[in-house]
This record gives sequence, structure tokens and C-alpha cells, in this order.
Amino acid sequence: MSWSLDSDRPIFVQIIEHMEYDIVSGALAPGAKIPSVRELASEAAVNPNTMQRALSEMERRRLMYTERTSGRYVTDDESVIAELKKNIAAAAVDGFVAQMKKLGLDKEEVLDLLRENY
Amino acid sequence: MSSLLQVSSLTKKYGNFTALNDLNFELESGHITGLLGPNGSGKTTLIKIICGLLQPTKGVVSVNGNPVGVNSKKVISYLPDTTYLGNSSSVKEIINYFCDFYEDFDMQRAYDMLATLGINPNARLRTLSKGTKEKVQLILVMSRRADLYILDEPIAGVDPAARDYILNTIISNYDENASILISTHLISDVENILDEVIFLRQGNIVRHSAVDDIRSNEGKSVDALFREVFKC
Repeated sequence: MSWSLDSDRPIFVQIIEHMEYDIVSGALAPGAKIPSVRELASEAAVNPNTMQRALSEMERRRLMYTERTSGRYVTDDESVIAELKKNIAAAAVDGFVAQMKKLGLDKEEVLDLLRENY
Repeated sequence: MSSLLQVSSLTKKYGNFTALNDLNFELESGHITGLLGPNGSGKTTLIKIICGLLQPTKGVVSVNGNPVGVNSKKVISYLPDTTYLGNSSSVKEIINYFCDFYEDFDMQRAYDMLATLGINPNARLRTLSKGTKEKVQLILVMSRRADLYILDEPIAGVDPAARDYILNTIISNYDENASILISTHLISDVENILDEVIFLRQGNIVRHSAVDDIRSNEGKSVDALFREVFKC
């Protein structure tokens, strides 16, 4: 499986985004064990140091935690995951709203479109 | 992270021509570094000095604190940019030869990689295509358990699918504390596996930075930055 990473944005940022989506969508279930750095690096075709950096950052954000002897796991704190979901959705909506404004649509028109298409 | 390779005040002249001009840099262990530069910028000269195949005009190179010599050669696994293997030997004979020659050679690893790439160990080298020969050479180099792998144009002659496999071989087969120095023109193919890059221009280092710093600070890929810096 390829992770389709762009070369013009920091790779570790994109790895985090990719894994955040997996966590929010449930592809990585709460409390699930994360594969080793090496396996993930190989899967994503990135440098293991970069993968390590991404995972450490996700730990810092409390999306993952490490058990000293057994490895790394997805957080089982549902509130952290819900918060993450909200943040990702908010960012997507920001982008969407900006784009709609660019097209010259007002709020009502956008809401109508949403109702039609959702 | 400790320093694996130190290069200080390194200068190399061929007659009046300065190939390397007072280079200073260090490589840490556990890192993959891209050595990038246009043709004739001094990449291969630098690599050959690190490997002890050329004498510097001035300056010092040391590996793990030892000057270039027997001890540095023991821990460096080098892939040159040319073929040096005897055409009449079979792949198997060459593997045995490497096994005799290098105490850190892992024969199992070599046979595993040959099998994955579908290369017959009994084939004579002269019967192999250019790209397959390159793969064999890379397998030999990556089958050593070295501290520093130096790969001079490792993927230039192989097809894109094999390139992916080779890059994967590189990232999954080096030990955590080992470092890799890769010289290549195929920047976009390798840049996602690099930690840092060194740009060489006419024997001078014009840039030495972490690749993710380039992406965050410049908002562009290493490939794009290279094209900008070395615009003709």
C-alpha cells in the first residue's frame, strides 16, 4: 500500500495527517496496537527516523501511548479521538467555506447546496 | 546520535583544478543523507576519498574517530558507480567471494534479496542485463552489516518498479545505528527516504540541511529546490 505523500510538504506532517484519519475513521481502532516503526516506514516508503518523529509527535498529542515493553498503541480515550475528529472537520469546513466565498455564494445558497447533496 | 563521519578542511586538487574546496561536515549515525550536485560537482571524488581510494590534497576524513584506513574500510560498504565484478563469475561465486572477504557479510540476506528480485544465483554475470548487474552489486553492498553504506548512483540503471524495491531494501536493511550516504541525480525518487541533503557545487557545499526543514521553510520539494539552486 502506498501512502501517496507529496514531496513539497514535510513528510512527518503528512504521516501524522494520514494516521489521524485512520484513527478518526476507525481504521486504527481505539487501543489498537501500532506496527513497529520499521514496518510502518517500509509500508509508507519513508525514512524510519521520519516515521519515528511522526509517532513521537502523535504521542505528545496523546493520540498514542507507549507501553514500556509491549509497544505502541492508539489512545483508548474516546474524548481525545472525538476532539481530533472535531478539529479535522473544522479545518475541512474552513477550507470549504473559503472556497464557496471565492465562488461568490452566500450562506443560504451554500446551505441549500449542502442539503441537496449531503 | 553520535558523529560517524567527520570531514574537516578537505581539499582535493587535480593539477590546477580544485575538485573539492575546503569541505567541512559531519554525518551522524542512523541517518540517510543525499549527496546531490550536478555532473562534475565533486560527488564521486568526495566518496572516493572517504573510501580511501583517492588521497586528499589537504584535510582529514575520519570514520568513528579513525582516519581513513583499514579500520574505516572495515565499517564502510561501498557501491561504486562502475561495475568491477568479473563477467565470467556466477552470482553465487561472487557471493562466496564477498563472504570470504568481509567478516560482516550476511549470506542469508543476500540470497533472500536475490530470490525476491528473481535473480538466479547460478547465472553468469555476463548473461545479466545492465540493470540486473546493478541490482546484484547493490545486494552485495547491502548484505554487509556495515556502519556506513556509501552508494554512488545506486538506482540509475534500474526500472522504476525495481527502484521502489531497492529503496525499500535500503530502508529496511540498514541497522538503526548505521548511516547511508547516497549520491544520485534521481532526487524525486529518493527524497522521501532522506533525512538530510548535502548540495555540492563546483567542490563547495552550498547547502546542508534536513529535508523536512527544506519543505517547511521553502515550501517546496528537494527536487524543486535543486532545480532552482542549480538552474543552468
